[in-house]
Amino acid sequence: MASVIQQIGAVTRMNLATVPARLGTSLVIVVGIAGVVGVMVALLAMAAGFKQTLASTGRADRALVLRAGSLDELGSILGVEQARLVMEAPGIRRDQGGNPLAVGEKYVLTDVVKRGTGSPANVVVRGTLPEVTRIRPEFRIVEGRMFRTGLREVVVGRGAHDQFSGVNIGDGVDVRDGPWTVVGTFTTGGDVHESELWVDDSALRDAMRSAYFSTVVLQLEDATPATLQKLKDHLTQDPRLAVSVQREPDYYASRSQALNGFITGLGYAVAVIMGIGALFGALNTMYAAVSSRTVEIATLRAIGFGGLPVVVSVLVESMILALVGGVVGAAIAYLVFNGYSVATMNFQTFSQVAFDFKVTPALLQQALVWSCLLGALGGLFPAIRAARLPIVDALRAQ
Amino acid sequence: MKYFPLIWAALWRRKARTVLTMLSIVVAFLLFGLLQSVIAAFNAGVDISGADRLVTTGKYSLTQMNPYSYVQDIRAVDGVADVSFASWFGGVYQTERNFFAQFPVDPESYLRIYPEVLLPAEQKQAFIDTRTGAIVAKTLADKYHWKVGDKVPILSTIWPRKDGSKNWEFDLVGIFDAKDAATRGQHEYLLFQHAYFDESKPFGNGMVGWFVTRTVDANRNAEVAKAIDAKFRNSLYPTKTDSEKAFNQSFIKQMGDIESIMRGIMGAVFFTLLLLTGNTMAQSVRDRVPELAVLKTIGFSDRSVLALVLVEALLLCLLAAALGLVIASLLAPPLGTQIPGFTAMELKPAAMLAGLALAALLATIVGLPPALKAKRLDIVNALSGH
Repeated sequence: MASVIQQIGAVTRMNLATVPARLGTSLVIVVGIAGVVGVMVALLAMAAGFKQTLASTGRADRALVLRAGSLDELGSILGVEQARLVMEAPGIRRDQGGNPLAVGEKYVLTDVVKRGTGSPANVVVRGTLPEVTRIRPEFRIVEGRMFRTGLREVVVGRGAHDQFSGVNIGDGVDVRDGPWTVVGTFTTGGDVHESELWVDDSALRDAMRSAYFSTVVLQLEDATPATLQKLKDHLTQDPRLAVSVQREPDYYASRSQALNGFITGLGYAVAVIMGIGALFGALNTMYAAVSSRTVEIATLRAIGFGGLPVVVSVLVESMILALVGGVVGAAIAYLVFNGYSVATMNFQTFSQVAFDFKVTPALLQQALVWSCLLGALGGLFPAIRAARLPIVDALRAQ
Repeated sequence: MKYFPLIWAALWRRKARTVLTMLSIVVAFLLFGLLQSVIAAFNAGVDISGADRLVTTGKYSLTQMNPYSYVQDIRAVDGVADVSFASWFGGVYQTERNFFAQFPVDPESYLRIYPEVLLPAEQKQAFIDTRTGAIVAKTLADKYHWKVGDKVPILSTIWPRKDGSKNWEFDLVGIFDAKDAATRGQHEYLLFQHAYFDESKPFGNGMVGWFVTRTVDANRNAEVAKAIDAKFRNSLYPTKTDSEKAFNQSFIKQMGDIESIMRGIMGAVFFTLLLLTGNTMAQSVRDRVPELAVLKTIGFSDRSVLALVLVEALLLCLLAAALGLVIASLLAPPLGTQIPGFTAMELKPAAMLAGLALAALLATIVGLPPALKAKRLDIVNALSGH
């Protein structure tokens, strides 16, 4: 009597060899699982892309100072005097000349028409200095040039340039008090700032007749907790200041929670619901597969093959078909969606964020695991039924 | 339908197969129903927005504040019947997760301009008379267990008080409800007095977020909107005026891609479902070739055999779709209350009908090939061949 392993191997091989005869029904599993996996990967790729854009924003050794109690840059206001006091605090890195690597920035929203909709969307305008690379070294002009002090010029982030219209070099885009001229495009390494328009801070505050900054962005001496604490202590103990300090990555992570949660939740919810639907399809197919081969299976059992090899062979068939479907679905999702650019409103910051879909290896792994799981579940009951066929009746049937 | 028992029997020939196929369809239409209700939540009340109301905001952004004096200037524009205003408070009740809007307003004019916001006369008067008074939507009062007379503390993330504290406390003097259940999602907020707001904060005084105007005649809206903007074009704070409907729609458009993603998902689901059900129908007909041949022998015409198969497909799809849609309509409202801003999540009758129409289309597409095959069955070969 052949060993169980050999039996399993033989029956499985036989099963798989006869799949082409059941191509129609087998394709049901492949297509069903491909659909589930494709949609799941697409949605989760959107969440992953958004997360990566937000997560890659900011450096651990850079901190953001907001007015105490404000949740975001839009709602924060700092006076010129307060900003000056903040910039004199310990813990901030200084350059050769002893000047603090810190800048007061002004953060406002402006309406810019979104490509394809013809409708205006809230785009971030950040008033900063032309020498912003001192504090934001990841900033680089890719096309055109940087704006000049005091002039109403704009540099546009790469993501904003792709998603909004009327922001090409030479165009006039409404910022405040009339149109400002776009003079360049910039990159900051694929983070959320690429969805923004950057202008000169003094020109912006002048156009708005405002003496206030929104935030102070500063480079810490180092990324250690001790340095941040030193800065925090100094700022909170000064009675003239009412501010809060946080590391940039922490700030941006907190501002992306809601949208991230929404997209991820949507992705998983749809994947589960579709998975259940695909499961029924898989069950259907495998029951049909088993019933069309009742005589075969009964014959195998009659000549001595055990129940276990039969169960395993059906399960393996189901899982392989599901896996094929999963690979097809994931491949389609990758080819169609990876790198696809989209922009939507982050409700927490009330402004547009442009990001790319990212089909990550982890996601592909998840997809394959999910398809194996569905395949296993879809094959389980039919497999058990196949093993329990009453041999004599089955041989006589059909 | 005298042939109904025949069709019904054919459907349940292989119980397991039919049940499983139906369950896939139920799940697909459950998903369809849920996604349709999410889309409905996004567009809630937009169609019923006051067609005769205009919203005036800062030209460059909704987040730009404008001088209070504009109220008088707008009132003086020809074609304007009434004006009110509001600002964005941006407060948090306990945690950021409990999101709802709070607007400082002028009680009398706001409730005049929004007649669909209904509350008892004495509560309305209390709101007008109480400086620190606030009124809140019924759905919010139920959610947070507030009663008239409670003190509601809101932490402002934008506006400190003159003493530096961020804590604003309001006396709840009224609870309002929207006239139409469908527009409830549009009026889920807390209102308090703009005068109290203005006098309590240290900066930005005399400034207002946006203005709402009711015109004399809805047909003159475009003209009135232009006239309002023309008035402020060369001032320090130019404006942009649009119909309230367009204003609300622009928010949805900003979410933009979400709706098209939903439709994309449904497309993928239906394509998958099509193949699944198509296969089942084809299988089912293949199994019953001898029966169909017998039917033809005893006198059923080719046409009637085609009809039998088609009706079977229709029955399968419609029953399952109806079940899926019913479950979705039951699940949507409770789900909506769990997600902030989505209380208007419900499956509308129009969406349900669309779902059933889609099911009929599905049935036709999957039923036609096997039905045609059945129609063309050659009796002799069919009886002997299989």
